[in-house]
Amino acid sequence: MSSFHPHLLDRRLRVARAVVWAIMGLIVVVFFRTQILEHGKYRLQSELNRLRPITLPAPRGLIMDRNGKVLAENVPGYTVSLLPGDQDSLRAVLRRLAPLVKLDEAEIGRVLTRYRRAPYLPVMVLPNAKFELVSALEERRVIFPGLLIQPEPKRHYPDSSLVAHLVGYVGEVTEAERGQRRFTGVRLGGLVGKDGLERQYDDSLRGADGVRFVEVSALGRVVREAGAASTLAPVSGQPLRTTIDLDLQRYVAQIFPAGQRGAVLALNPNTGEILALYSAPGFDPNSFVGGIEAATWRRLNESESHPLFDRSIQARYPPGSTWKLAVAAIALKRGLVTFHSHMPIPCRGGLQYGNRFFRCWSAQGHGDLALADAIAQSCDVFFYQLGLKIGLSSLLEEANGIGFHTRTGVDLPGEITPEFPTGTEYYDRAYGPRRWTSAVTLNLAIGQGENAQTLVNMVRFYQMLASDGHARPPFLVHPGPNPNVTLGLSPDQLAGLRQAMISVVERGTARGAGRFGGTITIAGKTGTAQNPHGPDHGWFIGFAPADKPEIVVGAIVEFAREGPYVAPLVTRVIGHYLGVDTTLASHLRIVLPTDSAPHPVPILPGVVPEDTVPPDTGRMDTTRTDTTNATPPPRDR
Amino acid sequence: MRPRLREIDKPLAGVVVVLVAYGLATLYSAGQTDVPTFVATIWHRQTIWLAIGAAAMFFMFGLSPRLLEWATPYAYAITVLVLLFTLAMGSGAGTAASERSWITIAGVRLGQPAELAKLAVILMLARWLAERREPPATLRDLVYPCVIVGVPIALVVLQPDLGSAIVFIAILFAMLYWAGTKPSLLLLLGSPAIGLVLAFSTAAWGAWIILLFGLLLWWRPYVWEGLTIMLANIVMGVVAVPFWRRLAPYQQNRLLAFLNPEVDPRATGWHVLQSKIAIGSGGFLGKGFTAGPQKRLAFLPAQHTDFIFPVVGEELGFLGVVIALALFVFLVLSLLRIARRATDAFSSLCVFGIASLIFSHIVENVGMTVNLLPITGIPLPFFSYGGSFMLACSLAVGIALRVAWESRQSGYAEL
Repeated sequence: MSSFHPHLLDRRLRVARAVVWAIMGLIVVVFFRTQILEHGKYRLQSELNRLRPITLPAPRGLIMDRNGKVLAENVPGYTVSLLPGDQDSLRAVLRRLAPLVKLDEAEIGRVLTRYRRAPYLPVMVLPNAKFELVSALEERRVIFPGLLIQPEPKRHYPDSSLVAHLVGYVGEVTEAERGQRRFTGVRLGGLVGKDGLERQYDDSLRGADGVRFVEVSALGRVVREAGAASTLAPVSGQPLRTTIDLDLQRYVAQIFPAGQRGAVLALNPNTGEILALYSAPGFDPNSFVGGIEAATWRRLNESESHPLFDRSIQARYPPGSTWKLAVAAIALKRGLVTFHSHMPIPCRGGLQYGNRFFRCWSAQGHGDLALADAIAQSCDVFFYQLGLKIGLSSLLEEANGIGFHTRTGVDLPGEITPEFPTGTEYYDRAYGPRRWTSAVTLNLAIGQGENAQTLVNMVRFYQMLASDGHARPPFLVHPGPNPNVTLGLSPDQLAGLRQAMISVVERGTARGAGRFGGTITIAGKTGTAQNPHGPDHGWFIGFAPADKPEIVVGAIVEFAREGPYVAPLVTRVIGHYLGVDTTLASHLRIVLPTDSAPHPVPILPGVVPEDTVPPDTGRMDTTRTDTTNATPPPRDR
Repeated sequence: MRPRLREIDKPLAGVVVVLVAYGLATLYSAGQTDVPTFVATIWHRQTIWLAIGAAAMFFMFGLSPRLLEWATPYAYAITVLVLLFTLAMGSGAGTAASERSWITIAGVRLGQPAELAKLAVILMLARWLAERREPPATLRDLVYPCVIVGVPIALVVLQPDLGSAIVFIAILFAMLYWAGTKPSLLLLLGSPAIGLVLAFSTAAWGAWIILLFGLLLWWRPYVWEGLTIMLANIVMGVVAVPFWRRLAPYQQNRLLAFLNPEVDPRATGWHVLQSKIAIGSGGFLGKGFTAGPQKRLAFLPAQHTDFIFPVVGEELGFLGVVIALALFVFLVLSLLRIARRATDAFSSLCVFGIASLIFSHIVENVGMTVNLLPITGIPLPFFSYGGSFMLACSLAVGIALRVAWESRQSGYAEL
């Protein structure tokens, strides 16, 4: 037992005690570091661990018309989300939810993808739940851990398709959009404007989402609300007051010929405020709220009438005779003519130019007309000669100067640039040098040829005529930068042009359209946009009262055959706006000149470059947003 | 002569009573979660186990060390048989459902025999070492104790229960040291394990082999023993990587997560990370008894067994941790004192083995909660819920109390 001698045992005991103290000392040091020195770090981790942020969506700002009537509002809706524990339990809960919420495998897969993108956030299952479903889910809450039903303001457009193109619609932000600086603050699954005013003014309409925290267990079950102090209330978006007159907008939609395609734009010529903007056919923007159904989306996209398309700013039409005012204004500005000027050759139903005969729309001919009458009668022969008198390069230069190749800058997304030659080199490019003749001038002079304008741009031009000759770019909320474009006409010349347009309505091509007890004088101009694929598109742009205009209204109706058919639409809108009883007009039979459109005359016989001739697909030219919208030779008046 | 209750070793009995109360309170708190589970009432069952444990303790207190020494070989043999039986028929439980560490009869889980096997091994080692007149001086002398410990180790490793195997090895080394084995011999005995660990870095392993060679020249053991040691180290270096591959994935993951718990916070590193978050967020005074949010919201895994200590850390803070550790130190030092004063070698070795058993459990369990040691499913004495280990601890304390009484009777009491 020598090894158990007390002295030896004491020595071993000392070593053993030293080992115990050393190891325990080490453990205490580690605990000291963890609990005292790194306490802050772990406390933070502990908070993050058990607190889950839940977004409180901000209500979007209201969109109102000029009188405070609501164009877009919010109604209560519900979203169904899950606070995920982990992927497997989430899948299991989704399976159990599937029969109630009607989820198929593909949708479960989509939900799981969404979860993987942000595994600590509630994952959206159903963005737009009906109240019945919400109550059914609430009853079964126990079997769905982590179920989160939140009231979420839902966008609602009371006037539906009537204001569709104007207000646009909202939708879930896409990955691509979140990459853009503009949408960086938007949470995953958040709503942003997709079109119209909703998109244009998304920044101010969107507001700022709030957040509240709930305490969850490790399994993702919500245990309780965290303290109210940590809740950040949502800030609602700012209301948007537009220049729209909802009454007028409704009236436009009401009288717009049913089943027709086209657009109407009304604005205040003195300010550029847009009073009504209507495009037909429309669509129901409410169907986009909470995610559009695939079938609806396909129908909207594949429909031949392209309802999503805003025909006031996204479609180009040959302006036809409405453009004759531009030719007249340019000639007056250059001092080439006065209102009493006559052209050398009177109208005998057409004009021989080179080896071509360019017809007037009226086969009998208008005879010898002064400029004012030529406008009223829309005499092609007069304007052929006027165009030649100005000269092609001057005509192009002046027209570009007053914005026929420029966007108006209206505060709506997706406005396209009008098609117009920027100079003679355009023709060189299009047809090849020396392969075109100055015959193109004749076409241009009557609004045909290589000229396709948006409705909004034509209305802007008439706004200049209707006011003091200065451009006031159209806008819905905030005016864009004013490019300081002016017609450069004297007040007398402007008054003369207006007088000529009054004649259009009173005794010219739109006679009968504007007679409302004689109290209002309407000025305007018809146009027929020549369409190679069917009946022509009809234009009318008018303003009133002619002596001191308060409203300019432009309308285009596709396949309306001619401008004169469109004139009553515009005059009734004007009459409604100015408070004149239009019921008389609605029963008025409009007397229109018998029209025999001239046959197409090719500019370049035999040589028509392929890229300038649209393929004969039966599809409307106007839906094309590229620049190959040059139309084949004219036949219009 | 039967010992009387008032002659009991008061420091040891006192610290055990305090620890049992502390542990039971913590176990009660561990059940207080926001979504109640079976853990909520588990402290009821623990009190039953405490009652059984108290009875067992008094039984051992009344048992003469001589009788214990006589019964030791039978106890050891029965233990090995039960371990074999467990391996053949055992079942898993809880988080270790794939293991076979439970004895189950007719669907009722009776216990984990490995916990009681630790006690049997202590007794068997104590008996064998006490019978020798000299401490083991050569490797050859160590063969028998290695076999005594090696058989249960092999059986628990096969369950597999790596944590208990580590405890067995700690007990072996502690008791060999207490018996007077030279530290150099212990180092040589342990050298293959060092070689195994270092084998994952070729440079470190090479340096270790050179150092070992130098040590062998310095200490001059028998030639064949020196050769055996060298050979064992080299073999370990060679088999280390295949051995790593043989480990079950969860064992590999535990070791990897020990090295870097953030590697996958939702899976492997989850336990350690949540444990550290609970402990660290406790701060100095903690969140208050039963009020720890990590535990309440069930982020803390196995909060009633392996990870009960983070409950102390979260709710009672650094102060509670230091108090608990101080109590444990007092317990272990009391046991060391009893071992020192024991009247005979068997009793002394038994109590020292018991001290090493309890200490290794404390260090391993507390160490893993702060990522100081890898995670092994080792319970914390008097805190973790579990009948077998509570019983083993009670028996151990009973033996120690008896040994203390014996030395008191022989005149050591006043010392």
